[in-house]
Amino acid sequence: MTEYNHWQIEKNKSGIVWLLFNRQGLGVNTFNVEALTEFDKILDRIYNDKDCMGVIIGSAKKASFIAGADIEQFIKVKDEAEAYEFIKKAHDIFNKLEALKVPTVAMINGVCLGGGTEMALSCNYRVMVSDEPKAKIGLPEIMLGIFPGWGGSVRLPRLIGSISAMDLMLTGRAIDAKKAERVGMIDVAVPARHLKRAAEAYIVTKPAKHKPSNIQKLTNAEGVRKILASKMRKQVASNKVSQVHYPAPYALIANWEKYGVSNKAFEGEARAVSSLVVGSTAQNLIRVFFLQQRLKGMGKGVNFKVKHVHVIGAGTMGGDIAAWCALQGMTVTLQDREAKFIAPAIKRAAKLYEGKLKKPELVQEVLDRLIPDVQGNGVKQADLVIEAIFEDLKVKQALFKDLEVKMKPGAVMATNTSSIPLDEINQVLNHPERLVGIHFFNPVAKMPLVEIVYGQKTDETVKQHAIAFVRAIDRLPLPVKSEPGFLVNRILMPYLLESLNLYQEGVSPTLIDKAAVKFGMPMGPVELADKVGLDVCLHVAKNLSIYFGTEVPEFLEKKVAAGELGVKSGKGFYQYSAKGKPIKPEIKGVLKLTEQEIADRLILRYLNEAAACLREGIVEDSDLLDAGMIFGTGFAPFRGGPMHYAKQEGFEVIANKLKEFETRFSKYFKPDSEWQVLINKNE
Amino acid sequence: MFKINHGQEVYIVDGNRTPFLKARGKPGPFAAADLGVYAARELFTRLPLAPNQVGEVIAGCMIPSPDEANIARIIGLRLGCGKTVPGYTVQRNCASGMQALDCAFKDLKLGRHETVLAGGAEAMSRAPLIFNDKMVNWFADWMGAKSIGQRLKLITKIRPSQFVPIISLLRGLRDPVIGLSMGQTAENIAHRFNITREEMDEFALQSHARLAKAIDSGYFKNIITPIFDSKGQVYEVDDGLRRDSDMQKMAKLKPFFDKKYGLVTAANSSQVTDGAAFMLLASEAGVKKYNLPVLAKIVDVEWAGVAPEVMGMGPAHVVPPLLTRHNLKLSDIDYMEINEAFASQVLGCLRAWESDDYCRSELGLKEALGSMPLDRLNVDGGAVAIGHPVGASGARIVLQLVSILRRTQSKRGIATICIGGGQAGAVLIEI
Repeated sequence: MTEYNHWQIEKNKSGIVWLLFNRQGLGVNTFNVEALTEFDKILDRIYNDKDCMGVIIGSAKKASFIAGADIEQFIKVKDEAEAYEFIKKAHDIFNKLEALKVPTVAMINGVCLGGGTEMALSCNYRVMVSDEPKAKIGLPEIMLGIFPGWGGSVRLPRLIGSISAMDLMLTGRAIDAKKAERVGMIDVAVPARHLKRAAEAYIVTKPAKHKPSNIQKLTNAEGVRKILASKMRKQVASNKVSQVHYPAPYALIANWEKYGVSNKAFEGEARAVSSLVVGSTAQNLIRVFFLQQRLKGMGKGVNFKVKHVHVIGAGTMGGDIAAWCALQGMTVTLQDREAKFIAPAIKRAAKLYEGKLKKPELVQEVLDRLIPDVQGNGVKQADLVIEAIFEDLKVKQALFKDLEVKMKPGAVMATNTSSIPLDEINQVLNHPERLVGIHFFNPVAKMPLVEIVYGQKTDETVKQHAIAFVRAIDRLPLPVKSEPGFLVNRILMPYLLESLNLYQEGVSPTLIDKAAVKFGMPMGPVELADKVGLDVCLHVAKNLSIYFGTEVPEFLEKKVAAGELGVKSGKGFYQYSAKGKPIKPEIKGVLKLTEQEIADRLILRYLNEAAACLREGIVEDSDLLDAGMIFGTGFAPFRGGPMHYAKQEGFEVIANKLKEFETRFSKYFKPDSEWQVLINKNE
Repeated sequence: MFKINHGQEVYIVDGNRTPFLKARGKPGPFAAADLGVYAARELFTRLPLAPNQVGEVIAGCMIPSPDEANIARIIGLRLGCGKTVPGYTVQRNCASGMQALDCAFKDLKLGRHETVLAGGAEAMSRAPLIFNDKMVNWFADWMGAKSIGQRLKLITKIRPSQFVPIISLLRGLRDPVIGLSMGQTAENIAHRFNITREEMDEFALQSHARLAKAIDSGYFKNIITPIFDSKGQVYEVDDGLRRDSDMQKMAKLKPFFDKKYGLVTAANSSQVTDGAAFMLLASEAGVKKYNLPVLAKIVDVEWAGVAPEVMGMGPAHVVPPLLTRHNLKLSDIDYMEINEAFASQVLGCLRAWESDDYCRSELGLKEALGSMPLDRLNVDGGAVAIGHPVGASGARIVLQLVSILRRTQSKRGIATICIGGGQAGAVLIEI
């Protein structure tokens, strides 16, 4: 039967309608207008079918249910009114589903997110697969700057009470089937082998629908809502989420506080979400989502599989790279001069796996694949060898000269260097085109971005292989030219140095950090420098100063010499508590600069360096630059990236401000020539 | 006596073991399967052979934990051999690891496989404590109790004696047929051959000295892989080694098995230890197919039985037929490994071979077999210093013998091991 493009429908002998979502042309199911419209027609048909005993809604995709609404739709929305129409339509359809007289079951066989979850919540029952590792259910809309808009913000708290429901929606966290069963979001979690039978059983036996407990019900009562809402707001604010930058969580709380889980709340939801979705935060976050998709799409179709990775150097970076690769399914040999240097890496790996995998047999499986290899046996077998030893040109050259002879043909030869140009390392090689940079950020398990560094001689195929490898370990590859500092560190450095200049001028570090955080940075530059380690900062700054002629403040050298290295030594610019929390001094005295001026100085240097990178073609285009800075440093995502921000502000405005600051503060604000190019292009 | 089956030649391609870790009263850091995996996975980093190209995994293990049924299969799967590579576990008490090698040897000779991963693993420190029968019966009644009244009544029946555990390790080291502990069988041998306490202690001391020298000279570099636990600890050497021991200290120890008048002490016996040793064996066809290096050839394997009361004499009985079958004399054997279950038992075997009387009456030879000089026996130390994880030792001594033969550029060696219950096994190796 091919009446529908996106749905398979079949009624069995007992009168149960099996309705399977099968979004045409895509690997996962998402709701677009067409799929939704078809679903609506099918519901009408079921409504009129007098022999129908019940409906089971499932997915024809393997181990994946419904990933939510098609996000492409969100950027096409012209204005708030159009958004509202679209949402109302979805409301009507899901209400229709909820009102069917026959029992309805959502049979969740895998990932179930956003609109998929909201659809499932409109069914009478939800059964979910328990033994599919990637099967999670959640409402992640908040991460896109909106909140669940197809009735989910009302139905979930109605079903399980507001405490768990609001927590799930405010964090956007997806949970596994066992957890979902515990909180009542689904009726039962069963292994895949029982999923269909469980779904049918709910139709046949029609048990009472899940209801919240009395206490859960009470959490939606009017007086209680007021108290809880103020707590929730405090909770959200304590996570550095400001209402100006991220209005969605506050709008979600407000709608719930005002209407609770009454039917009126649906209308409030539609109004609030349609207003949010056209706002700049949501549009920028959606932009970031697509930037991520673009990086994820890199290396597609490249025929290169890495089964075995050999990592040389078991320090923080090398050890963590090795641990991550093993976690992602690869066999890893980890080499260092002596066994005792590898032991801490194994310990850290075990801790990472215990946190991520929970089950001891899974932890064991991954640890079995992470093979300490003092003798370096893995070199000749590995499909990719990556070096993460200390930054010394001569030592690296000697190492690669040796590796070149031992490695198998076709294997990728990579360095994790953060400061030495590839074209210097590869000078000693017979095949300099084999060397590529795969530059990870610390901590490896948390930082999604990896710079793929190519020198003038790096072979295009080798670069593509490196990209494919980075995708295979679920990181985001960003190809960058091998110029000093590459992209991320290079842009970050002037920003950090400017914070030190401000510090030297007597501005309180607390104020510097406050200004940056207010702009939307995840952490202020002074705190960041302390966290990275002042010795590391000094090393990078010195290295970059050779190429860019920037001055490294003398007091930074003094601090490092005095052993004040930041968090790791307990003192840097801040003092640190035993737990590693900074003790920030109070802001005192008369302010020479306004908070806005401080933020401007930091951000302008950041932007000016970004423009320079564009001019030099460090990355292919400004979108990739934005992606790099967002995923590599957490640059305020709601601003859509530094270049996008500059564009929104106006390139000319930025250039003029730079000129002004050049006269007021220092030569470093001299606008890069790229700004004029950008201004001309924009006209 | 049977004739040699001239099937395919069988080669030792490579071998590796973990450091042997002395049991220190508490469960050790690694389970037997962990040790097996860590010993064997190193081989696949060295060889041009992937785990899934192995024909079979065979492991010796006497005391697998309750989670380690058919431990060979577990080790195979954890190594990444894949679901299609079968595996089985063998037990021949103290020679289980050697039995695994023999099973592999036979399968390869027959041409059933081209490569086999074989060896043994044991975590003796993790041997379980078992509830005694009284407790087991009480539990059964508890599970069967239908009312609270019945349960309350059962609670009043609890007696302290129910909580006395059975120490499975000690039971394993006691012969149930004759009711003697292994140590007592060693006392029997000392008595029979008039071996003195000093002789045993001297032999034990030498074992430690030789192990120390082997470690310090880097002899084990290619046959031992450091192992790591999740707490950041690394284990690199056999930790039962005592560098500070001397005859005075040895003499101070009280006899362990026959408390008052005995001669066998903890110091002149092998140690209770955790460890694993694995080898990759291949037939001629396998060596060619995968382009494998070869360390040595397994020429033949022999097994023998002796009285359980003198189980340690097994090696004396198993070696002569092996020599006869290959027209060899004791002097043709460049190096020998006799597993040091007890110093008395190794010395007893050597004396038996030197005795016309013993060789005639017990071994059916015309005269004494001859002498095996100590400078060709256990030259890198033995189980007294290294330890004796029963599942692994049989493979460990073959691995050590191969390493010695190659280092000294010698031709031929025998590794032999006594077995609780009154048996022994021996492997004849040629380079």
